[in-house]
Amino acid sequence: MGELLTTPSQTVGPYLSIGLPWEDGPFVVPEGTEGAFWIRGTVTDGAGEVVPDALIETWQADPQGGFDHPDDPRGRSESGFRAFGRCPTDENGEYRILTLLPGVLPGEQGEQARHIDVSVFARGLLNRVVTRIYFEDQDNSGDAVLASVPAERRDTLVAKKTEDGYRFDVRLQGEGETVFFAL
Amino acid sequence: MAAPTDLRLPRYQREPEDANAPLDFAGYRSTTLRHPSQPLVLLPQMLTEVTGPLLGPGRLGELDNDLTRQHEGEPQGQRIIVTGRLLDGDGRPIRNSLVEIWQANAGGRYRHTGDRWPSPIDPNFSGLGRALTDDDGRYEFTTIKPGAYPWKNHDNAWRPAHIHFSVFGSAFTQRLVTQMYFPEDPLFSQDPIFNSIPDEKARQRMISRFNLERTVPEWALAFDFDIVVRGREQSVFEDEEDED
Repeated sequence: MGELLTTPSQTVGPYLSIGLPWEDGPFVVPEGTEGAFWIRGTVTDGAGEVVPDALIETWQADPQGGFDHPDDPRGRSESGFRAFGRCPTDENGEYRILTLLPGVLPGEQGEQARHIDVSVFARGLLNRVVTRIYFEDQDNSGDAVLASVPAERRDTLVAKKTEDGYRFDVRLQGEGETVFFAL
Repeated sequence: MAAPTDLRLPRYQREPEDANAPLDFAGYRSTTLRHPSQPLVLLPQMLTEVTGPLLGPGRLGELDNDLTRQHEGEPQGQRIIVTGRLLDGDGRPIRNSLVEIWQANAGGRYRHTGDRWPSPIDPNFSGLGRALTDDDGRYEFTTIKPGAYPWKNHDNAWRPAHIHFSVFGSAFTQRLVTQMYFPEDPLFSQDPIFNSIPDEKARQRMISRFNLERTVPEWALAFDFDIVVRGREQSVFEDEEDED
């Protein structure tokens, strides 16, 4: 098969809220689902200002560690879990995602701690930036990805427990800058 | 659950650096405070990265792929058909996959509270479309040609006419949001977003092609726009299979 060159990424621009949000986007599971919790956070820029025109997307395993996807060599999960969440930030730079705790996954070097992959889109981002959410009340000690991040920055990937779930803020630049990954 | 050593996962090719924009690009002012200042950390492609949402039916209303029929009347402007294929870097069509678009109206005005420049809203145009790819990876929209519009990035700055495209591919690694441009736009030379892509040939891959064959007589012009997301690296395993 011939190799094709990829189409470059461009920014979502300031008007992404016309095209990308869905009414049920933040609900990876419906409200009232047993075990569901909110992940809430604020997106801020290098001046500490909130970013009101960003979009957060999440992708994760189901609570048993499965994916409803043909490329999972362990077989497709039939849990019916949507696994995908999407929420634009509001005028205060805040987003929220209602979901379930992802399962532990096999990795290249031992097990991967429970995590959610995150894409951040915004005006001023010419490409998405990618990060991961880990959970402060889970065992993250053996996770090779977290271990590959400079120790003083690991904290930026760990969501903090709150009353109705977790808090995961995204700092695009500057002090406490979130760790972003190259895929 | 299989032991880690048994996991045979696809690997997606990393892209040449000049095929994508640097996150820190001074010409586009909004990048200044929004680009990460720390180097990106390499993320191995594991289960979460090589899977992704397979969003298809159920995300779509009946008229979502015809932006000219979403209101009582027809929108102003040049009616166009925009069609193309969603492919991965190996030329494989991505089937049954959601394509989302959004755009300004014919006068270059977005239906958004943040867009205040003196060009009228078109009551018959929302500027939002969704479609599914077919078995060949093909999508099709009917819409109107968006207008250029001014912005405040630099003195007398204008965005070339464009349609925003969002596609998922079939893995988290393949997620892509881009903009489709129109051939020979005189505004390219002064647009930092278009020119943020260092490689000239890569920039050309964001420009649609006029397609006379696909035009509908007495009705609409047509433009082709194929979208290519990252392909897979050929694995040793596949090499062995090829020799059989």
